[in-house]
Amino acid sequence: MDKIPCALIGSGNIGTDLIYKLRRTTCLEPVWMVGIDPDSEGLRRARELGLKTTHEGIDALLPHLEEDGIRIAFDATSAYVHAHHSALLTARGVKVIDLTPAAIGPLCVPPVNLDEQVELGADNVNMISCAGQATIPMVHAISRVQPVAYAEIIASLASLSVGMGTRKNLDEFVYTSSRAIEKVGGAKKGKAVAIVNPAEPPLIMRNTIHCQVDGEPDKAAIDASVLAMLAEVQKYVPGYRLVNGPAYDGDFVSIFLEVAGLGDFLPSYAGNLDIMTAAAARTGDVFAERMLRAQKEVA
Amino acid sequence: MDPNTTLKQREILVHDMCLRDGMHAKRHQLTLDEMKTLAKAMDRAGVPLMQVTHGDGLGGHSRNYGFARHTNEEYIAAVAGVVEQALISVLLVPGLGTMEELQRAYDAGARSVHVATHCTEANVSPQHIAFARKLGMDTTGFLMMAHMNSADGLLEQAKIMEEAGAQTIYVTDSAGYLLPDGVTERIALLRAELSPETALGFHGHHNLAMGVANSVAAVQAGATRIDASVAGMGAGAGNTPLEVFVAVCERMGLHTGIDLFAIMDVAEDIVVPLMGEPVRVDRESLTIGYAGAYSTFLLFARRAARRYGVDARELLVEMGRRRMIAGQEDMIEDVAMTLAKERGLFADAASAHVGSGA
Repeated sequence: MDKIPCALIGSGNIGTDLIYKLRRTTCLEPVWMVGIDPDSEGLRRARELGLKTTHEGIDALLPHLEEDGIRIAFDATSAYVHAHHSALLTARGVKVIDLTPAAIGPLCVPPVNLDEQVELGADNVNMISCAGQATIPMVHAISRVQPVAYAEIIASLASLSVGMGTRKNLDEFVYTSSRAIEKVGGAKKGKAVAIVNPAEPPLIMRNTIHCQVDGEPDKAAIDASVLAMLAEVQKYVPGYRLVNGPAYDGDFVSIFLEVAGLGDFLPSYAGNLDIMTAAAARTGDVFAERMLRAQKEVA
Repeated sequence: MDPNTTLKQREILVHDMCLRDGMHAKRHQLTLDEMKTLAKAMDRAGVPLMQVTHGDGLGGHSRNYGFARHTNEEYIAAVAGVVEQALISVLLVPGLGTMEELQRAYDAGARSVHVATHCTEANVSPQHIAFARKLGMDTTGFLMMAHMNSADGLLEQAKIMEEAGAQTIYVTDSAGYLLPDGVTERIALLRAELSPETALGFHGHHNLAMGVANSVAAVQAGATRIDASVAGMGAGAGNTPLEVFVAVCERMGLHTGIDLFAIMDVAEDIVVPLMGEPVRVDRESLTIGYAGAYSTFLLFARRAARRYGVDARELLVEMGRRRMIAGQEDMIEDVAMTLAKERGLFADAASAHVGSGA
C-alpha cells in the first residue's frame, strides 16, 4: 500500500472541490465522503468518482474508519460543528485537517509553516480561510523583510462560490483570519474583511493586502520577497497572480492579487475554493508522506 | 428607554445619518466635541434616531476605509452622554463588523442597528439580526445598492431578513441611482408582500438630486422610516437633506416630531461650517449616480486619480462597469494602477514580472 486512505466530511463547495485536489496528490487516497443531504451534488460526484458516501453525517462514517484504514480526515462543514467532529475522529486515531474557521488546532499556511506543523505533528491542523491562504503568504513575505506593525486584508469572493457554511460563519471567518494574519503572517496586529460580490459573469477572487511596516519600507527587498513568495504559491495554485503592486505610500505597502481556480468543481472564478482545497491537499499529502515513511520503517 | 415608545409616536420616523454617513465626507475625522455639539442640537430639535459610527460602521476603522479619529465606542458613549430623547443606532455590515463589535456598541449605548448586506446577499445577515434582537435592539435589515436587484429579487432578500427577525426592511439606494418610479415599485412590492408588522424604510443619496423625491415616493408607497442627513452631509453628493425632507413632510401633512426651524438652524449654524469640503452634486458625485457606483467611492476615486494621473470619473465609471459593490474601495486603486500602467504612467514589480498581470 502506497497511499493513505482519507475521508472528507462535508459535501458542499469546498468538500467537493477537495475530492479533485486529493485525487492529484501522491500519498492520499480519498475513500469516503460524508454529507447530510441525500440530494447533494457533492455526494453524487463523489459516488461517480468511486468514493463511498453517506448522507447520515459523521456517525455513519465512524464504524468504517478502522476497516477502511482511514488515517486522515478533512472537515469542510461548519465552525459550529467542527469541534464535535474533531473529537470523534482524533479519539479514533484519525488526524484532522480543518477547513472550517473553527481553528481549534494550530494554523497552517503551506509556504509559510507547513514543515513546522509536520514536525509538531498535532492531531488537528486548521487551514484558516480562503482569504487567509491567499493573503498570509504575502504578509509573511513582507514581515520576513522588516517588522509589520499592522496588516489588513480584503478578500472579494464571487457570490456563487460562497456556500451556506461560509455565509453562516462570517464572524468566525473574520476572527480566525485576523488572528492568523498575526500568528502565521507575522503582523503585530491583523484585520480581515470579506466581500461577497454577485456580479454576472462572476468575478475572479481578488485579495488586497495592506501592510504597515516599521520605518521606511525597503522597497527592493520587499519586491524581491513578494515575487519569490508568488512563485512558491503558484507551485500549488497556478492561478495565483500579482495584478498590481507592491505599491508604496509612506509606511504602507499594498499588494493586489487575483486567484483563478482550476475549474474542478466550480468555474475558475472560484479561486477561493482552490486556494483552500489546494492548501489542505498539500498539507494532507505531506502528513501522509510522513505516515508512509513511518510504516516503512516499522516494516 | 424602550426603543419602541420613542419610535412609535411618529407617522414618519426620520433617522439622521450625519454622524455616520457624514463621517465619509469628513474622512472619519469628526472630533468627540463636534459629535456631541451636533447630537445635542439634533436631539433638542426632536430628531428621534441618529446613527453614530465610522462611515463604514462597526469594524470600519481600517486602511481600506479610513482610520477614524476615535473608536466607535468612544463616539457612541460621547453622544449617549448628551442626548435626552434620541436613540443611537449603528451600522453593521457582516464581513466587516462582527457580533462582538455590536455587543460593544450596545454596551456603549447603541439601541438600534442597520444590519447591512448587498441587495442580493441577505443570507450573510441572519446571525447578526438574531443577535441584535436578542440584545433587544431596534433591528433593521438594510439592503444596499438596491438598484442592482429587481423588486422581486429584493422581496426574496427582504424575506430572509424578516424571517431572521428584522423589524424593519430598508431599500437602500447607496449609489443614488434610483429614480422615483424605481423606488415606488420596490417599496410597493415589499409593502404588499411582507408582514404588515414589518416596517419599511428608504435610504437615499443625492447624487442625481433625487434624495427628497425618492423619499417622498417611498413614503407614498408605504415606507414609514426615512434616512436623511442634516444639510445632507454624507457620502457622494450626500444623503437626503433632512431639513428639506422635514419641510416637505409638513407640506404633506405628515408628522415627524422634528421642529423645522430648529433643524434648519442646526444645518446652517453647525453642519455647514463643519463640512470643510462642500458636499454637493459635482462632476464626480454626479458620475456616481449616473454610473451606479457606491457613493463612498467619491473621495477614494479623487485620491487615486491624483496619485496615478487618471480622471476620477473614468475610475468611477469603470468601478460601475465592473459591478463593484459596497466595501470594494481597494479596487479603486487597483483600477487606477491598471489604467496608469496601460498608459505608461506607472510601473511596479507586478508589471515587470513575467506571467502576471490582469
